[in-house]
Amino acid sequence: MSSLIIKLGWAAFAMTGAAAFAVIALQRGESIGAIWIVIATICVYTIAYRFYSRFIARRVLRLDPTRMTPAYKFNDGLDYVPTNKYVLFGHHFAAIAGAGPLVGPILAAQMGYMPGMLWLLAGVVFAGAVQDFTVLFISTRRNGRSLGDLIKSELGKIPGMIALFGTFFIMLILLAVLALIVVKALAESPWGTFTVAATIPTALFMGVYARYFRPGAIGEVSLIGFALLMLSIVGGQYVQEIPELATLFTLTGEQLTWLLIGYGFIASVLPIWLLLAPRDYLSTFLKIGTIVGLAIGVIFISPELKMPAFTQFVDGSGPVWSGSLFPFLFITIACGAVSGFHSLISSGTTPKMIRNETDARFIGYGAMLMESFVAIMALVAASTLEPGVYFAMNSPAAIIGTTAESAAETISKWGFYLTPEMVNQTAKDVGEHTIISRTGGAPTLAVGMAHILSEFAGGRTMMAFWYHFAILFEALFILTAVDAGTRAGRFMLQDLLGSFIPSMKRTDSLGASLIATGLCVAGWGYFLYQGVIDPLGGINTLWPLFGISNQMLAGVALILCTVVLFKMKRDRFAWITVVPASWVIVCTLTAAWQKIFDANPRIGFLAHADKYKGAIAEGQVLPPAKSIEQMQQVIFNDYVNASLAGLFMLVLISMLAFGIRTVLQARAVGSPSAKEAPFELLPAEAGLRI
Amino acid sequence: MMNEESRNMLKKITQGMRFVGQSVRLMVGVPEYSTYLEHMKNAHPDRPAMSYPEFFRERQEARYGGKISRCC
Repeated sequence: MSSLIIKLGWAAFAMTGAAAFAVIALQRGESIGAIWIVIATICVYTIAYRFYSRFIARRVLRLDPTRMTPAYKFNDGLDYVPTNKYVLFGHHFAAIAGAGPLVGPILAAQMGYMPGMLWLLAGVVFAGAVQDFTVLFISTRRNGRSLGDLIKSELGKIPGMIALFGTFFIMLILLAVLALIVVKALAESPWGTFTVAATIPTALFMGVYARYFRPGAIGEVSLIGFALLMLSIVGGQYVQEIPELATLFTLTGEQLTWLLIGYGFIASVLPIWLLLAPRDYLSTFLKIGTIVGLAIGVIFISPELKMPAFTQFVDGSGPVWSGSLFPFLFITIACGAVSGFHSLISSGTTPKMIRNETDARFIGYGAMLMESFVAIMALVAASTLEPGVYFAMNSPAAIIGTTAESAAETISKWGFYLTPEMVNQTAKDVGEHTIISRTGGAPTLAVGMAHILSEFAGGRTMMAFWYHFAILFEALFILTAVDAGTRAGRFMLQDLLGSFIPSMKRTDSLGASLIATGLCVAGWGYFLYQGVIDPLGGINTLWPLFGISNQMLAGVALILCTVVLFKMKRDRFAWITVVPASWVIVCTLTAAWQKIFDANPRIGFLAHADKYKGAIAEGQVLPPAKSIEQMQQVIFNDYVNASLAGLFMLVLISMLAFGIRTVLQARAVGSPSAKEAPFELLPAEAGLRI
Repeated sequence: MMNEESRNMLKKITQGMRFVGQSVRLMVGVPEYSTYLEHMKNAHPDRPAMSYPEFFRERQEARYGGKISRCC
């Protein structure tokens, strides 16, 4: 009887989801409330979690509740600690949630909200969450080892090296694209620049406070820091209104670039406790708080989606980024649907703290569903803007010009209603001089969030506050990532260079670490600078490169998962990773190929270089270059970008070849050949769950 | 009866609050100090345990010592 009730309950639930989809699908030409998207999303996630993740847990991976976990085996109260699954869920989610899932869907909205929404839902259920869950399982069964180690032991030493090498380049591109987002959001914005700059003294104060006055009082110091942040948002408005101060904090993109490069270098050689750790507290708590606030806003306000379900730009002619729906939508969305970076977290601290193997389903699969929900909310926030305003903010100046009139004229021609007054009014509402060509996603999200949050608290007068709050929130955790990423990149580089020059390996040597830090900063600084001066906005070049690198890593992780499934003799279930791996690999390779070889200079790097070469031959100078030397520089940049895309292809193809070879070897032997830690029973203190 | 129930409820709420606090600290890389102390007492009674400030510093170094601890 009760099982019948449960079945009826699930059937009703599925029908609610289907009804929400019907509402979304049938609202042709009219705007719909965001609540329908939220209902459809939650139904899909719940059903996927209940049925698909259970199938994977029980039939495919066969999670064993009696098996020893690294947390008990190596328990040291520090790295390896058996941790409650809800506590660990929070930790894992905070580690995987970043700027990626917020920015990708906003850029994807140029094709309308429907393509982005469908891929976010399908991608997370069949690819992203499966990857996170399976890698977490694999690492937990192997003493919590890292992705590089896992690849080395299951596929071989050379594939392991290739994966590490690829990861280093992903770091560089990631840091460049994140820094670019900050530059685009703060350029010519004294309010935003002051607010973000004020986080540095705030963090320094917090660092000293938590080190000497009240050691380890994280909560207390974070509250003080939060109060100072709010004051700096209010202070930013005064800075903007006082002309002398406003000029001081009004910086161009190039000035901000040099400041960021300098900041990245200094911040990553300062002691951890002084700047990085306190900034991390603020950014982590603000991130979680803002995500919760946004979710409440979206659910209770249910803003109208003004963006159409599909725009004419599905054909690839869009101004925000170039390339057709396949493969570039999938590359652009990246993190919210499937993110290769998560495989580093799933094989990082989380497996060392998992109390019972069966918790991996809730933590691995569940946290990724939550991440995807964040991406859906970002998509909703971008879609609540008037489409004309969205395109004014996200199109490069080379296409729409720099005045409200030229932007309104061009965008109206595309068929989106926009008047110069609308452009100016939006800028005025959020307390900025202009909103034209504020590419990079962060300002768009900030305007969307300001709309939603100001309806919740403060009304129109508070919009400027909420806008700068949103900018601060994004800039804060991006700067934390830049700081921590440069540090991580420096250690990676010292490790790599140390294989050839032994003295480089010494992490305690000041000289070696300064050289490695300098190289690392120069690496991402190069791509950042190139993006900032690009008249097409930089995002057009860097975001696809970032997406390709991220999806390449997802491909590598899914290949590892597939290999392990074959080695475990679960051949008949291997499709759960073979299908997403194939899709991710096809998208990544196609996108990288088109980025290199496409004949359209807006897409293909080589075609772009040819265009500049042709101009040089005719003695012309094309923007952004102002001289023939700068023209040569643009051509050189194109070749660097093309080589990088080619490198990512090579990494993926070679990993695929090693993967297939290992699968064939595994199939040739009669017994399981996975290299798990030998079976041991969980200790009695763990309270066996059967 | 009522008393028993409300006591249970209260226990659940305090437990929930404790979990939230633990999770928030773990998000920035600091696990539960009491768990560490208990572990040291049970597993290594011969060795001195770190004080909270020492524990806090050790965890800070471990979190930011070059590992990738966050995502894009």
